[in-house]
Amino acid sequence: MYYKVGIDIGSTTIKVVVINDNGELVFSCYRRHLSRIAEKLSEILQELTLLLNNKSLKVAVTGSAGMSLAEAGGIPFVQEVYALAGAVDELEPDADVVIELGGEDAKILFLTGGVEERMNGTCAGGTGAFIDQMATLLNVSVEELDALSLQHKKIYPIASRCGVFAKTDIQPLINQGAAKADIAASIFQAVAEQTVTGLAQGRNISGKILFLGGPLYFNQGLRDRFTDMLQLTPENAVFPELGQYFVALGAAVYADGTERTFSYQELKETLQNQKNITGKSRFLPPLFNNEDEYAQFIDRHSKNCVPLADTANYRGGAYLGIDVGSTTSKLALVSENGNLLYTFYASNRGNPLPIIKEQLLEIYRLLGDRIHLVAGAVTGYGEELIQNAFNIDYGLVETVAHFTAAHFFDPKVDYIIDIGGQDMKCFTIRNNTIDSIVLNEACSSGCGSFIQSFAEALGYAPAEFAKLALFAERPVDLGSRCTVFMNSSVKQAQRDGAGVGDVSAGLAISVVKNAIYKVLRVHSAQELGQHIVVQGGTFLNDAVLRSFERELGYDVIRPNIAGLMGAFGAALYARDRHKAAGKTESTIMSADEVAAFHHQARPVTCQGCANHCSMTVNIFPNGRRFISGNKCERGLGGKANDLPNVYEYTLNKFRALQQQAEAEFDPARHTVGIPLVLNMYENLPFWYTFFRELGCNVVISGESSRSLYAEGQFTIPSDTVCYPAKLAHGHIQRLLNKGVKTIFYPCSSYNVDEGKSDKNYNCPVVAYYPELLNVNVTALREIDFLYPYLSMNDRQLLAYHFHTLAQKHPHFNFTLAQCVNAANAAWTAYRGWWADVEAYGISALKTAEEHGHKVVVLAGRPYHLDREINHSIDKMFNSLGFVVISERVLTNLAYQQKVNVLNQWTFHARMYNAARYVCRHPNMQMVQLVSFGCGLDAITADELKDILERNGKIYTQLKIDEINNLAAVKIRARSLLAAMEAGQSSN
Amino acid sequence: MPKTDKNTNKSPYSIQDINKLIDQGLTEKLHTLRELIAGRAAKEELEMPLKEHKINSPVFTAAMKSDYTILVPQMLPVHFKLLKGIFRRQGYNIEFLENTGHSVTEHGLQNVHNDTCYPALLAIGQLIDAVKSGKYDTNKIALLLTQTGGGCRASNYIYLLKKALEKNGLSHIPVIALKLDSMSTDADLGFVITKKMLLRTIYACFYGDMILWLKNQTKPYEVVAGHTDKVVEILTNQLDHSFANGRYLLLGANYVKILEAFKKIELKKETKPKVGIVGEIYMKYAPLGNNDLENYLIENGAQPVVTGVLDFLLYSLNNTFVDAKLYRAMTPKDIITRVGFKLVIHGQRVMRNVIKLDGTFMPPSTFYHVQRAARGCINEGVKMGEGWLLTGEMLDLIENGVGNIISAQPFGCLPNHIVAKGMIRAVKERHPEANCIAIDYDPGASRTNQENRIKLLLANANAAINGQKEKKRVLNITSTEEVPAKRA
Repeated sequence: MYYKVGIDIGSTTIKVVVINDNGELVFSCYRRHLSRIAEKLSEILQELTLLLNNKSLKVAVTGSAGMSLAEAGGIPFVQEVYALAGAVDELEPDADVVIELGGEDAKILFLTGGVEERMNGTCAGGTGAFIDQMATLLNVSVEELDALSLQHKKIYPIASRCGVFAKTDIQPLINQGAAKADIAASIFQAVAEQTVTGLAQGRNISGKILFLGGPLYFNQGLRDRFTDMLQLTPENAVFPELGQYFVALGAAVYADGTERTFSYQELKETLQNQKNITGKSRFLPPLFNNEDEYAQFIDRHSKNCVPLADTANYRGGAYLGIDVGSTTSKLALVSENGNLLYTFYASNRGNPLPIIKEQLLEIYRLLGDRIHLVAGAVTGYGEELIQNAFNIDYGLVETVAHFTAAHFFDPKVDYIIDIGGQDMKCFTIRNNTIDSIVLNEACSSGCGSFIQSFAEALGYAPAEFAKLALFAERPVDLGSRCTVFMNSSVKQAQRDGAGVGDVSAGLAISVVKNAIYKVLRVHSAQELGQHIVVQGGTFLNDAVLRSFERELGYDVIRPNIAGLMGAFGAALYARDRHKAAGKTESTIMSADEVAAFHHQARPVTCQGCANHCSMTVNIFPNGRRFISGNKCERGLGGKANDLPNVYEYTLNKFRALQQQAEAEFDPARHTVGIPLVLNMYENLPFWYTFFRELGCNVVISGESSRSLYAEGQFTIPSDTVCYPAKLAHGHIQRLLNKGVKTIFYPCSSYNVDEGKSDKNYNCPVVAYYPELLNVNVTALREIDFLYPYLSMNDRQLLAYHFHTLAQKHPHFNFTLAQCVNAANAAWTAYRGWWADVEAYGISALKTAEEHGHKVVVLAGRPYHLDREINHSIDKMFNSLGFVVISERVLTNLAYQQKVNVLNQWTFHARMYNAARYVCRHPNMQMVQLVSFGCGLDAITADELKDILERNGKIYTQLKIDEINNLAAVKIRARSLLAAMEAGQSSN
Repeated sequence: MPKTDKNTNKSPYSIQDINKLIDQGLTEKLHTLRELIAGRAAKEELEMPLKEHKINSPVFTAAMKSDYTILVPQMLPVHFKLLKGIFRRQGYNIEFLENTGHSVTEHGLQNVHNDTCYPALLAIGQLIDAVKSGKYDTNKIALLLTQTGGGCRASNYIYLLKKALEKNGLSHIPVIALKLDSMSTDADLGFVITKKMLLRTIYACFYGDMILWLKNQTKPYEVVAGHTDKVVEILTNQLDHSFANGRYLLLGANYVKILEAFKKIELKKETKPKVGIVGEIYMKYAPLGNNDLENYLIENGAQPVVTGVLDFLLYSLNNTFVDAKLYRAMTPKDIITRVGFKLVIHGQRVMRNVIKLDGTFMPPSTFYHVQRAARGCINEGVKMGEGWLLTGEMLDLIENGVGNIISAQPFGCLPNHIVAKGMIRAVKERHPEANCIAIDYDPGASRTNQENRIKLLLANANAAINGQKEKKRVLNITSTEEVPAKRA
C-alpha cells in the first residue's frame, strides 16, 4: 500500500494533503509561497519526515504554478480543474455546480444537466490577488477586510469586468470618504459578480452549489455576497470545511491512479533539484550595467532642484498646496517668491482626512507668529472633500496644478508627463499654456500604485523595492496591457526563478511602456518636445525614470520634488489667484477649528432622477455637509442647469415614444417587443412606426440600469464584449418579464448609406448580436424571437423580406403592399425624428454662439445616449458650463472628411465629419466616447486625434464601461475646460 | 482647398420629408436647419480650409517588379512555400518572412494602436521588424498584406501598415494590397494577379490544404521523429516543380501522390485525442500567433486537426451570394464568382474522395458539409471575420469525431464574440459530450494561463478516450470534517 500526496501549487499558495492507506486525511497545509516555491515545498516536506519516512508514496502535482515543476521532475501532473472534479466526485457527489476561486483563476463546474468545466477569461484574472490588492489599498489585512465587510450597510455598484476597472470605481469611494465596511462589502460583491458573469455564460447556477478555494474558505463576507447574489438557501450553498483543499485532494485521488511510486527520500530529492527550471518568461537587459552609469545618472538628475526657503528665519506670507491623490497625500508650503517652506508626502492609508488634519495642525505649529498663512488650494481626487472639510480657498484640477508647478520650475518646459498612483497625465505646452492633454484610460490606470502594492505585498518599502531594480541582472518582461495581465506575468516570472529585483525592474519597464505606447502613443522623444519634465510619485522610482529615458532615448528632467509637484503647483496657484484678486486673508480653518475637526460619512441614494446615484454624505463640525458621488447638481439640492443638451433631448424623445407606446397599447392587437439596445437607439423610430402601421402594439424594453444589467448578466457568453452589447441581455429579459410573446430585433451587415463613407457597414457586434442572443438566452425559445436580416437601406427589399418572414407566422397577416407602405412610412418617421434632433442641435449651436457658451461634441454611437452607458457624462459637461451636442448633429454640416483609413462604418463616418466641423469653431471641442472593447474605435481614435490636433483642437477620449464613478472623467473634462480657458485668455 | 464630394453639399432630406415635418409644425426649426446646411457649411468649406493629412504611399509600379523584393508576413508555411515559387516564376521577387521572436511583437506594439487586434500587431510588427533589420535595402522593397473586405477591422490592416510606415519615416516603401474583392480603388499597377496566377494560387491551396490535413494525422504517431516533416518538405519541392512544368493541373494524380507519400510514413498504433483548431484565420494557422499550437498539441500527446484554407476562400465567395439574397439583386459579377466557386469546390471534393476511398486517413469535409453543419445554429448572413464558417467548422469537426475544439482568437476580436464564444452554447447543446474552449491571444496574455486551459481540455479528452475505469474510492473522508492544520 502507499500514501497519496496531493500538491496544489497555485499562483499565491501551496496546498499539500497526505492521504493514508485507509483513505484518511492525515496531513494538510495551506501556505502562501511568496513565489519561493521550491523553498516552501522543502520546508513542508521537512515537516512530513515523521509521517512519510519509509512509506511508499504516490504523488501528483496540480495548479498553474506546478506545471513546469512537475514536468522537470517527472512527477505526475494533473490539471487543477480536472483534479477538482475528481475530488468533488468523491466528496460531494450530489453537488450540481462547483465554484472554485483561487489566487489567479476562477473555475466553475456544472455537474448536472450536461457536464461543463470552465475557467475565467484572460481579462478576469486575479480573484484572490485582487482581494489582497484591495486590502492593501484600504490599509487593512485581508482578515480585517472580511470582518469589516460583515458590518456593511450599503453596497456600491462597482465595475466587475476586471480588477483594474473595479479599482477605478473603488479608489474614488475611498477618497469621497465612504465607509470602509461598505467598500469592503462592495469589493466582495464585485468579485462575486465578476465570477458569475464570467463563468456562467448562459448556464443557470442553481441547485446544490459547492463553494471552494482559499478566498471563499477564509472570507465570510465573500460567501455572503455569493449566497445573496445567487439567492441560495443555506442547504444549497455549501462551504465545506475542506474547501481550500479540494484541488489538492483531487491531486491525491489522481495520484492513486498513476504508476510511479516514490520513496520519501526520492520525492524530497526530486523537488529539491528544481532550482533551474527553464520557464517561459522573457528577460530584458539590466537597467544599469554598472555603478558608474548609475552615478552619472544620479548626478545629472540631482541638479534639478526646487529652491528651498530658510524656514527657520522666514517672515512673511505662506501659501499652502494640498494634493490628495489616489493613494498618497502631499502638501507643500511656499513662500511669497515660491520657495519651499515645508513639504509632506505619505500614503493615504485609505482615509486622507485625519492625515490632512494632522498636517494642518503641524503647519500651524510651524508657522507660529512669524509666518502668515495667506491662502491655500487643493487638488487631486480628494479635492472636493478636503476643500469642503477644511474650507480651503481654492480647488483646482490636477492638470493645472501640475502644469503650474512644471512651468514655474522650468519656464522652457514643452512637455509634461505625470505618473501618479492611479492616473497618467501628459500635456504639451505651447505659448505657456496647455496645448493638448493625454490622459490614460481605465485599462492603463493604477500602474503607479500597482508597483507600490506589489512592493508591500512582498514585504518591501517602495524605495527599497525600487533600489533592487537598478542592478537587477535580468528584468522580466511583463507586457504592457494592464496590471491584471502584468500580475499574472509576474507570477509566471517568479516561478521561472526571477528575483525580487528582476520583478521590480520589470514592473518599472512595463509601466513606462504602458505610458509610452498605450497612453502617449509615440515612439520617439522628438514627437514630444525638447524640455520634457517628468513628475508624479511614480517617477521618484529611479528604475521608472531610467527605463523611461531609455525607452525614449532622450534625457528628461525630473524635479527633486517630483512627487510633490501637484501640491507645489496648487500652492503657487493659490498665491497667484489670491494676489490677482487682491486678497490677503485665507478662509482655511483656524488651528483651533482644525483641532476640533471631526467627520462622519453616511451613504445615501439620490432620488433626484432615474439615475439613483450612490452618494456619500460627509458630515463635518457645525452640521456642515458635503455630498460626493453625485453626477449633477441635483444631488446637491440644486437644480440642473438648463444649457442645451442633445443627449438629454434625444433621450427624452425616446422616453416620450415609450410613453406613447404604452398609451396606444390595445390588448386586441398583436404585440411586438423591441429591445432598446445598440442600433435600436438609432432605428427604433423606424421599427416603431413600421409595426404601428401594420397594426401591432409595440412594447419597448425601456431604459437601461444597473439592475437591468444584472437581470441578464448570467447569459453573457463573452466577458470582453462591450458593455452596450452586454446590456442587451438585460433588455431581452425585461421584455420577457413583460410577457411579450414576439420579440423583434433584426440583424444586418449593412447600415443606412448616408453618403459620407466608402462603405456602410455596421460593426460586427451591432450587426449580429441577435444571433448570439438567440443561442444564449434560452428563454427566447419559448416565444417568437424574430431576428431577420433586414437592411433599412432598401425599403422595398426590406418589405419584401419581412413579408416572406411574416407569412411563416400566422399572427402576422400582412399583404406585401401593407409591408411596403409600412416601410415607407417608417422611413419618413425615422428621417423626421433625426431631422428634429438635428434641428434641435443646430439651434443649440446658435444659442451657444449667441451667449458665448462653450460647446462639447460628445462623439460616440447612437447607443451612447443610454444613461447606463454614458453614466450621465453629458450632464456633467452641462454642469461645467458646456452646451452638449452629438456627432449626429454635425455630420451634415461639413463635407466628407477624408481619412487615412477605410471609412466603412456608417456610425463612425459621422464622427469624422463632426470633427471636421469642430475644427473650424473656436468655442467647440470634441470628446470621443469609446466603449471598452470597441475594437473599431482603435481605428477611429487615431484618425480623430489626427484631424483634431493638426487643426489646433484638443482630442479627448473617454473610455467608458460599467465603471460608474465619474471622478476620472471629471478630471479630463475639467482639464479640457482649463485648457480652453487658458487658450482663450492667451489669445 | 477642400474637395467636394458626392451629396455632401445637398440637403440630406427629400421634399417629402420636409413636407411631412412641416405638417408636424417644425417649419421654423427646419428653416434654420436648411439655411445652415445648405449655406453656412458650404461657405465654411470654401473660406476656412483645414489642414489635411494624406499619407502618400507610392504605388508599386511595373518598373519596380524587376529589382524590388516583396515582403509578406508568414501565415501558412506550406501554402506560402508553393506560392513563393508561383510568384517568383512570374517575375515577382517575393519573400515570406520567417523572422519571429519578441522584436516582432515589440515592433507591433510600438507601431500599431495597442487596442487593435493581435494579428494586425504581429503581421505589421513582422514587416516593420524585417524592414528595420538591415537585411534589405529599404529603397528596393515593397510590402504586401492581404486585404479582406467586410465590416471587420481586418479590412483596415493595409491602412494601419501605411500609418506605421509613415511614423517610421518609411513612407517611400510601396504597399501592395492583395484583395479578394475589388473594393479598394488602389491601383497597384505593378502587381497584377493574372488569371494564370490565380489558377495556380488556387491549386497551391488545394495541395497545401491536403498536406496540412494529412501531416497532422501522421506527425503525432510517427515512429521516426521528423519523418512527417521530411515528407512535407519533399512534397512541397515536388509540387513546386509541378507548377513550373504544368503538371500541377493533374489534380487527381497529384492528390494520390501526396496521399501515397503520407501512407509510407510508419505510424505507431496509438489512440490520441483529436483536437480541432478553429479560429480567426491568422490565429488558427500562424505559428507566430498561436505559439505554435499544432506542435504544442502534438508534444502534449494529442492529434491536432486543422482544416484547410479553401473553406475560407469558399466562404468569402459564398458571401457575395448571400449578400445578393439579403440586401440586393444578383449582378453579372456574381455569375463569374459562381464559376470560381464551382471550381474550388470541385477541387475540394476530389481531395475528399481520394482520401475517403483510400480509407487510411480521416477525410476532410467539403465546404458543403460545413455549411450544412452550421445550419439551424447560425445564419449565413453572419459574414464578418470568419463568420458562420467558424461555428460550422466546430460543429462539422465534432460530427466527424473530433470531440475537442480550441478556438484560437485574438483578444477582443469582435466577430468572435458572436461566432466563437457566442456559439459555444449552441454547439454544446447539440453535442453535450464535446469539449470546446476559446483561447485569447494577446501580447500581454500569460502563456501559462493559456497552456493551463489547453491542459484542462486535454485532461478531459484523455479521460474520454480511456473511458471510465471502474471506480475505486480513494478518499475516506467527508468534506465537512475537521481540518488537521490551519493556515500558517
